[in-house]
Amino acid sequence: MVEKRPALSFLAYAVLSLGVLVVALPVYVTFVASTQTFEQIVTVPMSLVPGTELIANYTAALTSGSEQASSAPVARMMVVSLVMALTVAFGKIVISLLSAFAFVYFRFPGRMFFFWMIFITLMLPVEVRILPTYEVIANLGLINTYAGLTIPLIASATATFLFRQFFMTIPDELAEAARMDGASPMRFFWDVVVPLSRTNMAALFVILFIYGWNQYLWPLLVTTDQSMYTVVIGIRSMIAGGDAATLWNIVMATAMLAMLPPALVVILMQRWFVKGLVETEK
Amino acid sequence: MAAVVLKNVTKAFGKTQVIYGMDLVVTDGEFVVIVGPSGCGKSTVLRMIAGLEPVTSGIIEIAGRVVNDVEPKDRNIAMVFQNYALYPHMSVRENMAYGLKIRRMAKPEIEKHVARAAKILELEGLLDRKPRELSGGQRQRVAMGRAIVRDPAAFLFDEPLSNLDAKLRVQMRLEIQKLSRELGTTSLYVTHDQVEAMTLAHRMVVMNAGRVEQIGAPLDVYLRPATAFVAAFIGVPPMNLLNGRIGEGVFTLGNGLAIKLPQNAPRPPAGTEAILGVRPEHMEPVGEPDAALALGVETIERLGADTLAHGTFDGHPMVVRLPAEARLEAGTRLALGLVPDEIHWFDPTTQQRLEFAPR
Repeated sequence: MVEKRPALSFLAYAVLSLGVLVVALPVYVTFVASTQTFEQIVTVPMSLVPGTELIANYTAALTSGSEQASSAPVARMMVVSLVMALTVAFGKIVISLLSAFAFVYFRFPGRMFFFWMIFITLMLPVEVRILPTYEVIANLGLINTYAGLTIPLIASATATFLFRQFFMTIPDELAEAARMDGASPMRFFWDVVVPLSRTNMAALFVILFIYGWNQYLWPLLVTTDQSMYTVVIGIRSMIAGGDAATLWNIVMATAMLAMLPPALVVILMQRWFVKGLVETEK
Repeated sequence: MAAVVLKNVTKAFGKTQVIYGMDLVVTDGEFVVIVGPSGCGKSTVLRMIAGLEPVTSGIIEIAGRVVNDVEPKDRNIAMVFQNYALYPHMSVRENMAYGLKIRRMAKPEIEKHVARAAKILELEGLLDRKPRELSGGQRQRVAMGRAIVRDPAAFLFDEPLSNLDAKLRVQMRLEIQKLSRELGTTSLYVTHDQVEAMTLAHRMVVMNAGRVEQIGAPLDVYLRPATAFVAAFIGVPPMNLLNGRIGEGVFTLGNGLAIKLPQNAPRPPAGTEAILGVRPEHMEPVGEPDAALALGVETIERLGADTLAHGTFDGHPMVVRLPAEARLEAGTRLALGLVPDEIHWFDPTTQQRLEFAPR
């Protein structure tokens, strides 16, 4: 709608501003809290002006964590989270690409059966199959390991399905032309299919990185050792129960840190992300 | 360069028979066009020769070697696809070089081949462009370039011009003709456009419903179509075909109207059923007493170079090609005479051509 009516555009801006306020205010409060001393936070009402302790709080969080609640340094947690998010994202992309390629370009017995098997797992989110999965991982001795953290999350019906749909839009003639040119199936995969899927992979990477980074339930189950806590678990473990006071300024600093990598990934890959969702280069 | 030979080749998809025993010999350096309506199996034939489609029975030979079980890449042939099938993420240069790169040809050697093909096709200025930055005609040329660089034993063209607009199609048709004369490579070209078939082919194969109707030089096919189908398919506008019975000097149609046959025209014996075929260009306006038939003209198409008059005769639609300056109007009756040597006869049951000695 392109209309020139001042009242209407005022209303539009009012709604938009309200939306921004609702979304941004909690983030702002978190940021403000992460720059104040513990005493400043607990005073009522809390000041909404950034305090002076920015560097001190963040340094404390990164190096020692919260001392009251037993917790590892946040720097360590960030590393664990990063490894987990990257492994999950890359692992999912690689496995999904390969399996989608097999489904689309090869005729083998049981092809549709396997496809539907994978497809059906879409109906079973991690939470539903979490106990049997935990049993398997525990029996394999993978508790408190990166393998235990990531492998159960790597198999992905969604990504396989997405790539399959994309591959099916690549004209058959392209595969035939490559065959006439003498390319083996894997050569065709590397030289044609993978380059054509670049934007899709980028879009998927953004989604999957955030998915991996934000995992809560699974890391909570599979890690018992503080050195294997992800940052999302870390925040939870910093909130002390019982008599001990929670150092909210440190918790807020950790929360800000935890928000940083997903935000960075989205900002840096935004162009590719949109491209991957919108256009296909064929 | 090499000959391509098909011996009793058949193809069935499941229970559906698409090609019934096809025999064809394409000699070294020959340009053969397979033409037919869509769904007649012509593309399937090409894909079997390319190796993209397995043969159900029969033998395909390329350069004297049976290739039934040979992978496409080892058949030493190149194919140009209808939708070009260029790799969208590669430049024109990379597209043309890809096949050579896979064959592990040395870099300078590849450069030489690509440069030669680019020169032949006048693509030199476009080598670093991506396919999406090219026009339809340019993409088509790149697709041909990809075939040429390989220096194959034979080219296979699968309706290469049908994605182009009419004007460009005429231009590319001439370019392909020129190219095939320069390169002299054995070529098989599939199309549904009989003009392409007539102009490009050394010999053409007319196919219908999985069977070969006629193989021959374009003009021979035009002048002496082997079946009623070929007669109707080759030539624009198509030949007029009329079912009827031979009488004394006349040919009587179903509803009782008769065509007066020219005195000396070859014809089947009196009393037999036949199909009479006469091309639009082989009828001429004459005075009422000499007329073979009188056509009720319904529509007139003035094409500039000539004029087409459409009408019905005894319930059959008919079309006549007249000179550009012909004066006539829709709704009038047009007295027409037949050219005696240009009357074709076909058997109404077998659809085969019937030949009779002139009287």
